[in-house]
Amino acid sequence: MSLLEVSGLDCGYAGRSVLCGIDFRMEKGDLLGVIGPNGSGKTTLLRVISQVIPPLKGGIALEGRPLRIVRPKELAKSISVVSQNPPASELTVEEFVLLGRTPHYSLLQFFETKKDLGAARRAMELTGIVRFKDRPLDKMSGGERQLVLIARALAQEPKILLLDEPTAHLDITHQVTVLDLIRRLNKELGLAVLMVMHDLNLAATYCRKLIMIDAGRIRKFGYPHEIFNYRDIEEVYRTEVLIERNPISLKPCIMLLSEEDKGGLRWKTRQKD
Amino acid sequence: MSMLLLCAAAVSLCIGSAAVPLKNIFASLSEGKGSAAYSIIFDIRLPRIILGLAVGGALALAGVILQGLFRNPLVEPYTLGISGGAALGVSLNIVFKLYRTPGVLTLPLSGFLGALLIIFLLYLINARKGSLKLYGLLLNGVMISFISSSLVMLIMSLSRAEDMHGIIFWIMGSLDEPNWPIIKVTAIAVIVLLTVSYLFCLDLNALNLGEEEARHLGVPVERSKKILFVTASLLAGFSVAAAGMIGFVGLVVPHFVRIFVSRDHRILLPASFLAGGIFLILCDTIARTVIAPMELPVGVITGILGGGLFIYALAKRKVF
Repeated sequence: MSLLEVSGLDCGYAGRSVLCGIDFRMEKGDLLGVIGPNGSGKTTLLRVISQVIPPLKGGIALEGRPLRIVRPKELAKSISVVSQNPPASELTVEEFVLLGRTPHYSLLQFFETKKDLGAARRAMELTGIVRFKDRPLDKMSGGERQLVLIARALAQEPKILLLDEPTAHLDITHQVTVLDLIRRLNKELGLAVLMVMHDLNLAATYCRKLIMIDAGRIRKFGYPHEIFNYRDIEEVYRTEVLIERNPISLKPCIMLLSEEDKGGLRWKTRQKD
Repeated sequence: MSMLLLCAAAVSLCIGSAAVPLKNIFASLSEGKGSAAYSIIFDIRLPRIILGLAVGGALALAGVILQGLFRNPLVEPYTLGISGGAALGVSLNIVFKLYRTPGVLTLPLSGFLGALLIIFLLYLINARKGSLKLYGLLLNGVMISFISSSLVMLIMSLSRAEDMHGIIFWIMGSLDEPNWPIIKVTAIAVIVLLTVSYLFCLDLNALNLGEEEARHLGVPVERSKKILFVTASLLAGFSVAAAGMIGFVGLVVPHFVRIFVSRDHRILLPASFLAGGIFLILCDTIARTVIAPMELPVGVITGILGGGLFIYALAKRKVF
């Protein structure tokens, strides 16, 4: 039984189909990246897995149980989401992280117990934000805020973590900090991760496997080196690219070419021929 | 907070067109019925205080819930047209002299029915396909509010002078309610609704981040939205039916509590309830003492005092 199984999934907004015939499985300890051009349905996939929008056809099963019979509270204990547009909030970091405990509160429990405080504390330690705990969230930089959002997701103590472009708008320092953290969580806690990625090189560097989506369908599902060949990339993104290997990690690495450079590319290819 | 409430109630008990010092209150208690002080306190002032607590608390609570639900600091219990509906119900009642037939109860009852009708209408218009669209709800509420106030004006322009006087008097709002059963029903209903809303304080905290985020945190968003909307509407409906339209409590008190006490709904809800009660009791005390033995409409005091204090608080705290 897979941790998460998506089968024959169609979904969309107001009758317009965005995703079509999506099939994949996710096991415990997986680290999957979802790539694809803008508007191909990557975010929609996360939204349907987190039950923000209902599927039109097909289904999703969490440990063998269909998601539509899982109550919201139960779902939030298994799957937590780090969305792309973090809410602006005047809460302090600690208060915000404690909101992640919401699904764990029992029926007539209104205030956090020692256990909840402990879980929030652990989440802040894992993400290295304990020293910010009394700062208001809206006074923090983009990179720090992303860590706070991940901490809140961890406070939910989930089995699966969904992230929507966790490195968007971050400088390279924070890109690496955030992604190293995610990989560490994946390795050390066995947390399954599904994240939407825009940066193909980061996706290849950090994700074990990639799902490439094009126009609402899965075009390819596999290891980065299987997915990254220039034909697929050029067809999906309609952009010419050059693929090399990172000399240290030996992971595929994509280089972009400007209009001017493309002249050089043709010249170089001709030389090779 | 509760201490403040007790003080406000005590002050309000003592002050009036006939002053009764605090020690005389206890004296009159032991004297029992019959004395003048006893009847002033138990027949006139105490009912007003209880009603003030219930109505002020209900309005502030409805304000907190709606502002949290819509994530809009300008929403208040009257924004959604609930008060308009109540005013319409009451004006129709006055014009058609319905209140003469079955008994005294019908004036608040017709107000409450008017409010219920609006809640029902709004709910039906907006709760399509099982999902409550908050933005549409807000706009429709404002429109319904305009329509009903225009209808009230139409009724007023067509009615005779004494009826018009009655409608205006009711719309201005007052805690002068001689009928004990109405006070009791209002107070009990408000306490029940306070309890219901408190069950949703965590949902309100999560909803503060947006509906999608709340859903990620395991809040059954659609169900919570519906229950909270109906709870807030009923709170507004009960208070308007019992005391007419007393403005400003529902708008300003939640902001005050948010600035000075907490933004956390687990504290914000009960604190606003108490603060609303205190504020209205004090305003009512002022309203009936400044030009005693005449009485000002309490809405005048809540507006001037509330608005002035609020601007002062904003300038001092620089929160926005």
